Amino acid sequence: MTTASIPVANRRRRQPTKLRRAVRRNLTAYGFLCGALICFAFFSWYPMVRQVILSFQKTNFVDAPEWVGLKNFRTVFSDPAFAPAWINTAMFTLLALLCGYVIPFITALILNELRHARAYLRFVVYLPVMLPPAVGVLLFQWFYNPDYGLFNQVLSFFHLPGLQWLNSTSTALISLVIVSTWMNMGSGTLIYLAALQTIPSELYEAAELDGAGLFKRIRHITIPQTKLILLVMLLLQIVATMQVFIEPYLLTGGGPENSTVTVVYLMYQYAFNFGSLNAGNALGLMLMLVLMVFSAIYLRISRDNTV
Amino acid sequence: MSNVTVTPGRSAQTPLTPGRDDRDGRRQRRPRKPINTQFRTAVSPHQLNTTHGRIIYWIVLVIVVVSFTAAFVFPLYWMITGAMKSTEELNSIPPTFLPEHFSLDGYAQAWDLLELGRLLGNTALYAGGAWLLTLAFDVSAAYALSKLRPVLGKVVLALMLSTLMIPPLVIMLPAYLTVKDVPFFHWDLLNTPWAIWLPAAANGFNVFLLKRFFDSIPRELLEAAEIDGASPGRILWSVVMPISRPILGVVSILTVVNVWRDFVWPLLVLPDSDKMSISIGIASLSSQMPQNVLVASLVIASIPTIVVFFIFQRHIMAGLTAGSLKG
Repeated sequence: MTTASIPVANRRRRQPTKLRRAVRRNLTAYGFLCGALICFAFFSWYPMVRQVILSFQKTNFVDAPEWVGLKNFRTVFSDPAFAPAWINTAMFTLLALLCGYVIPFITALILNELRHARAYLRFVVYLPVMLPPAVGVLLFQWFYNPDYGLFNQVLSFFHLPGLQWLNSTSTALISLVIVSTWMNMGSGTLIYLAALQTIPSELYEAAELDGAGLFKRIRHITIPQTKLILLVMLLLQIVATMQVFIEPYLLTGGGPENSTVTVVYLMYQYAFNFGSLNAGNALGLMLMLVLMVFSAIYLRISRDNTV
Repeated sequence: MSNVTVTPGRSAQTPLTPGRDDRDGRRQRRPRKPINTQFRTAVSPHQLNTTHGRIIYWIVLVIVVVSFTAAFVFPLYWMITGAMKSTEELNSIPPTFLPEHFSLDGYAQAWDLLELGRLLGNTALYAGGAWLLTLAFDVSAAYALSKLRPVLGKVVLALMLSTLMIPPLVIMLPAYLTVKDVPFFHWDLLNTPWAIWLPAAANGFNVFLLKRFFDSIPRELLEAAEIDGASPGRILWSVVMPISRPILGVVSILTVVNVWRDFVWPLLVLPDSDKMSISIGIASLSSQMPQNVLVASLVIASIPTIVVFFIFQRHIMAGLTAGSLKG
């Protein structure tokens, strides 16, 4: 910076100062960084490492931890809830994608065409996202009540038979998906809407001149133009929905008959109800590896396209 | 450009297309603004012009407005009025659309029984502290990484961003153990605000947003301040912070709203009923409450975030698209 303007003759004399200045700049920088570094080190980096370590240990916090190899993983594998937990998580993710990924995109497509009430619709679709998730979930618990809940009342209004919702193995998981979609679809919708508004109008005009109908225009212009954001949101949503916890925790407790037990819920159970923290860690490590694959793809895509 | 899409010779009396009636109507009153090209969407404006197109447009509009209201506003209406009904009225079939008696007793009961005042106070304390700490730590970290560029700065940044790959929920058990017994110091942070504040500051996304914004600040501006003899701290406070207000707003709201809405982490680290946040407090007592009291507490719990949304709507939506839309 300023050194560039120093005459050559002076340069050697200034050398130690320059070094000292670099040292000082680094010290200042790390002074600024230390708060964040401490937080990251203790609450992010160390837990990541410890997740791996604890999965292969037996710890009771009284004796020294003992290495037990794959024993924790064997415990987890032999649990009758292990397979349901993964299957339910996968099913939940799949259903939540079908609802929570397709519906927001179609909604955004329609909203983008409307010229009236746009601000109202945008505001309203985002309202549930602003509710604390616990509030949304408990609200739906009330709606799902088979006797006097809102949903069965609406069904009986149309002379349809009521459903058992959370109490039946066949509808419990889809009930969780409905809550989750209701609470989260606002953010997806608004992100897609923002993406749709960046599509240059010339593309549509050109396609129209070429004789492409509405659905052809959507298929050949809208979707390719928003492909990147669709892909990014797909990955983000997979990562987010695979961690489903609050819905089964508050609504079903994993039941009925393990039909809504999920991986994170099982992990919580191991640690806080079954008193087997290391088994929970082993399960957490498996989920971490699965999610890291999706996260890595996401980071790769977003890096290749932003820089 | 603006004239291209407007059908010539259209008078104010002819039925106008929904797409441009407001624009054409405006033309009668004041000079027309240039048409925003984003209005050209997949549906052709010429098809919208036709009678047929207009009918379809209005049908779709009405369906969308009605179904959105039913799906997103009606549940909230049901919640707010449900809290005003008695338990018997809540259980009655068919349900009453309006409460028989207008009374706020449910709300008063919820406030007293669940001690919502204390729960809200706790949550405000957690959110406020997390906000201050996040701003202090993440802003200075992003500034150091962006403008001071220390040795190994790139490695530090990569490590911070790597935390984005691993969702916090997945490492909740080891993080819980860390909070219970902090390495080296052997502090037990359970049931203290620090258990919320410190992990909240370890947010790779905030560092990423802030650093990207700071990168866009021209170097000359900071050099000018440096020549005037300002220290790095002074530059951060008096030059960088004032011009970074938009991104600081986004980060602030993201932090406060996230802490306010969070469920799993406070469930683990704040088990003491005196220390609970609002979500945990309500959830833990939900099964013991009469239905109308529970619903009233849900309404009260959602007021703060909804108010924040009303006030900071634009910032929140900017934050929503900040990370993803850049692609």
